[in-house]
Amino acid sequence: MYAQMVTSTGKGVQSLEDMSPEERAFQERINRGEKIEPKEWMPDGYRKNLIRQIGQHAHSEIVGQLPEGNWITRAPTLERKAILLAKVQDEAGHGLYLYCAAETLGVSRDELLDKLHSGDMKYSSIFNYPTLNWADIGAVGWLVDGAAIMNQVPLQRTSYGPYSRAMIRICKEESFHQRQGYDIMMKMAFGTEAQKEMAQDALNRFWYPSLMMFGPSDKDSVHSAQSMAWKIKINTNDELRQKFVDQTVPQAKYLGLTIPDENLKWNEEKGGYDFSEPDWTEFFEVIKGNGPCNKERLGARVKAWDDGAWFRDGLMAHAEKQSAAKLAAE
Amino acid sequence: MTAASTTLDPAVYADWLMRLGDNTLILGHRLSEWCGHSPVLEEDIAMANTALDLIGQTQLWLGLAGEVEGKGRTADNLAYLRDASRFRNVLLLERPNGDFGQTLMRQFLFDAFHLELLKSLQTSGDPRVAEIAGKAIKEVAYHLERSADLVIRLGDGTEESHSRMQTALDDLWPYVGEFFVSDDIDKAVADAGIGPDPADLKAAWRQTVDEVLRAATLNVPGEGYVHKGGKRGIHTEHLGFILAEMQFLQRAYPGATW
Ligand SMILES: [Fe+2]
Ligand SMILES: [Fe+2]
Ligand SMILES: [Fe+2]
Repeated sequence: MYAQMVTSTGKGVQSLEDMSPEERAFQERINRGEKIEPKEWMPDGYRKNLIRQIGQHAHSEIVGQLPEGNWITRAPTLERKAILLAKVQDEAGHGLYLYCAAETLGVSRDELLDKLHSGDMKYSSIFNYPTLNWADIGAVGWLVDGAAIMNQVPLQRTSYGPYSRAMIRICKEESFHQRQGYDIMMKMAFGTEAQKEMAQDALNRFWYPSLMMFGPSDKDSVHSAQSMAWKIKINTNDELRQKFVDQTVPQAKYLGLTIPDENLKWNEEKGGYDFSEPDWTEFFEVIKGNGPCNKERLGARVKAWDDGAWFRDGLMAHAEKQSAAKLAAE
Repeated sequence: MTAASTTLDPAVYADWLMRLGDNTLILGHRLSEWCGHSPVLEEDIAMANTALDLIGQTQLWLGLAGEVEGKGRTADNLAYLRDASRFRNVLLLERPNGDFGQTLMRQFLFDAFHLELLKSLQTSGDPRVAEIAGKAIKEVAYHLERSADLVIRLGDGTEESHSRMQTALDDLWPYVGEFFVSDDIDKAVADAGIGPDPADLKAAWRQTVDEVLRAATLNVPGEGYVHKGGKRGIHTEHLGFILAEMQFLQRAYPGATW
């Protein structure tokens, strides 16, 4: 997902009896479905875990501008260009809401960005794949935003108030993102031979990386169990991946495109599709920095930040002059 | 502006409308190059938002240009299937982005002109022009507010930001004169009561520019050489590359629907 493999700081879930009175009261509030607000007491692990998860999510939104931004200047019509601009602008806005949500936990946006730039914090593996043809922009909206929605809709019910509210705002915009992506796919899949070929090529390349977005199976992970007890994570990775596949297969069929998986088969018994796992070795390589675009993506963000230092310093200096002048006048 | 007194040759009228639409298209293109690469997240959002406004305006201006021309060309046909010599934007807007200061200075110098132009077009003798101007002016007033504010803050910021903004101003200044050069097309449009004589917009533009640059502690360069030609289709080398990129899909896959 946008936050993959967030390791929790907890050592697995404690039973209510083993908790301190504070922890127990906290867990009971979560169990009742109450929201935790910034000023309220929370376990250290909960705070740290949330910072990692929200931070990683925020980084994903801003790095996610890059693969799509790659095609804004080449969008094939004025309307497509306008829609893509609006979408990329939304993603930057999502980054902003999420950094604000993280700030309520006592970490500044600049601190989080420093960690992104130094490689201490990650962003979603999906954004390390290139957008090579115009249908990729369709595939990103359809599959990548589609997978993001899968994860974010349940997170609207997450226990931390500011995170939950950010998710509610974000989800409203995400469905437009997915629709515009699918709309591009329809134009391509029902277009000329060359367009169909681009559409199939895009699906071929984005299918498994999209499945990887949900992260490796976590049914036995202690980290995930703790996050789920805290309602920072609502579903297991496998549950979400299954839901995503079940939703996407008929959409691909409608487009007349083939999902690149020979093992894809309806399973009557489980009421869902059987499908092949993505190549997890590739996934771990991408996480380690060896994906096709890791260097470019992070490099672009670091360059933007470094080249912009004079701009941010200039604004800061002006603000200081203004407040000094105001003080002097009083 | 008075109501149309002479009839305007459709080809001349369309050419003039393309000046409006090409300005917004080319500047929108340049701004969109910043997406994801600007100095701070708020600026990523603002760059995309401004580009989006300008592309929306392009659809309206070029749409009307096609309609007036009467040859069945759509806004997309005009944007994607004309070569550089048919483009009518002023040269300033095809300047490469440079550093963020150059981008902001270019934006400010143009926004101040764009606002005066749209103010005047709101009373155009052609209600279609007046309507587009009325819609665009709200967006452009905001663009100017933002770009002027940033020029002031950076001009009067650190030594470095000041010197970058002064350099940007000095580099771009030779391109602003083109805004106000009137040619036969401008005169015909003015005579028809549709648009202003651009020379008449200069005083108000200059007042805004002087005020903002003074507050920014920047030195206004003297009147010097003026680069021009964009309005007649004589461009810098940069435009060809903008179009090669922008028009790639339409050129490589003619006739496809996107
Ligand atoms: Fe998003
Ligand atoms: Fe999105
Ligand atoms: Fe706007």
